[in-house]
Amino acid sequence: MNPTDLKYSKEHEWARVDGNTVVVGITQFAADQLGDVVYVDLPAAGTDIAQFGKFGEIESVKTVSDLFSPVGGKIIEVNDAVKDSPEKVNEDTYGNGWLLKIEITDSAQLDTLMDAAGYESLTAE
Amino acid sequence: MTITSAMNELDRRLLMDRSVSGRSAVTMPSSDVPEQPLPQESLLRDDLPLPEVSQLEVIRYFSLLSQLNFSIDTNFYPLGSCTMKYNPKINDAMASLPGFGSIHPNQPSEQVQGAVQLMYKLQESLGDLTGLPGVSLAPLAGAQGEYAGLLIARAFHASKGDSGRTVALIPDSAHGTNPASAAMAGLDVVTVPSDAQGNVDVNALQELADERTAVFMLTLPSTLGLFEPSILEITQIIHDAGGLVYADGANLNALLGMVKLGDLGFDICHSNLHKTFSTPHGGGGPGSGPVMVTEELSKFLPEPVAEKSGDIFTLAKPTNSVGKINGFHGSFGILVRAYTYIRAMGRDGLKAVAENAIINANYIQSQLKDRYDLAADRFCMHETVLSAARQKRRDVKGLDIAKRLLDHGIHAPTMYFPLIVEEALMVEPTETESKETLDRFIEVMRQIDDEVSEDPEAVRTAPHTLPVTRLDEATAARKPYLRWQG
Repeated sequence: MNPTDLKYSKEHEWARVDGNTVVVGITQFAADQLGDVVYVDLPAAGTDIAQFGKFGEIESVKTVSDLFSPVGGKIIEVNDAVKDSPEKVNEDTYGNGWLLKIEITDSAQLDTLMDAAGYESLTAE
Repeated sequence: MTITSAMNELDRRLLMDRSVSGRSAVTMPSSDVPEQPLPQESLLRDDLPLPEVSQLEVIRYFSLLSQLNFSIDTNFYPLGSCTMKYNPKINDAMASLPGFGSIHPNQPSEQVQGAVQLMYKLQESLGDLTGLPGVSLAPLAGAQGEYAGLLIARAFHASKGDSGRTVALIPDSAHGTNPASAAMAGLDVVTVPSDAQGNVDVNALQELADERTAVFMLTLPSTLGLFEPSILEITQIIHDAGGLVYADGANLNALLGMVKLGDLGFDICHSNLHKTFSTPHGGGGPGSGPVMVTEELSKFLPEPVAEKSGDIFTLAKPTNSVGKINGFHGSFGILVRAYTYIRAMGRDGLKAVAENAIINANYIQSQLKDRYDLAADRFCMHETVLSAARQKRRDVKGLDIAKRLLDHGIHAPTMYFPLIVEEALMVEPTETESKETLDRFIEVMRQIDDEVSEDPEAVRTAPHTLPVTRLDEATAARKPYLRWQG
């Protein structure tokens, strides 16, 4: 199930807050909906991103979807391992399947995200 | 199945693996001219691995491959939005006539008057059927027709000095080619949401349509197989904003002889001849995607356009043409087939096509809606979009159901499209299938639904009876072999 220590966006991304750094990935629900992920297109580290802005694309055997960042700030690291082994997104969604680390500009943004219970009621619809 | 079960390991070898050094398909006569060595510096490579096989082996190999294939001539093929209807054989007979089949595209029009006349007559027919009288047969496929249509829209706005119109409005249910064509034509894509009934959200469209709107691209019937009840209001909104309305004609089969796109306020459309007008596709192509426009826009059409003056037919370039979009005259052999179909069916026959396509889809929908969810629970047009959401709750996906159909000799429907429908299975039976075939499909779909409860593993691991079973599509996409691994 969705870890309770994370924040969630309605675009099905998760955010793990660690001081000023936020780790971002897609949710298990999103990974299940997509099916086997075959390609992830991520921006270069150093890029600035707005909250809910598009930062990349994710392609599965089924479809291609845009990726939207749950928080805004500077991208300080991207998960290159996922580019080479996109299956990590399916296999370890909340762990090794992370996509970005972002230095958040304004931590008040986090208040606009859902907690695990809120996200679960969204996906239950 | 008899073919595949009889296949032994030897039969399964690829042509390259059947190669025996020194074997040849033809006996060359001995050379009666002096041998001339090839200039060494112009050789691209030292060797080229080509199969060395006899004629009989080549024939058997390709005959076997053709028998392993699914095709409309062998199997029910309810591939949604693709209109996999029967391709009458008279179409091929006409296209093979020497006057059509043995001419060269560089011959001047006066030598091939019959061919140019056929193009002229086909333009007339397509203009008449769509209510958009300006026609160019040049586009080689649906997406190229879209691209040509969007170039026309841009040229139209440019001709009025209206350079601020850079936006293509496209519904979220659209074919993927629509935004791709718009981007290729240099337009910015803005997505128009659908409402809860699967129609264009008219209020959202009203908000989005403004002085930046170049064109609104709409598929009619929609990709959900539904007729837009507010179509007249929609075209009015776009026209009031100064934009043009483009019809993606992929689903034209449902409208033939019933309603004309021009009468609904569309300015531009394309038609996939390889769908609606019974020419081969799905690997049997090539495609053909003529573009039709209003009288006002016809001066922008891509060249060539067939014209008639007196008894003479010529190929002309419209005055403000967007230019050539390919080398010659379009897929000419396909044009002959489409014209043959139109003439063989006649106006009443084409109307019957639409009627029966709609009846067949609704028959399937009504017989399956107790087992499968519907994208929209109302009368559909020529295709019905089912959802395997109910089956997914039993841990079997739409993909698995599609694969299981293959075991029953039925081609998989279109899956996971439109994107706005969960676990979509889009079924388009077409008018050419008998009630017996539809009944068998319905029975198989109900049987698979039973299986989802009783033996889900059989569905999840399908197909079981084909020469290759479930492919590992994820690994194939993640780690593709892009060269032959010799």
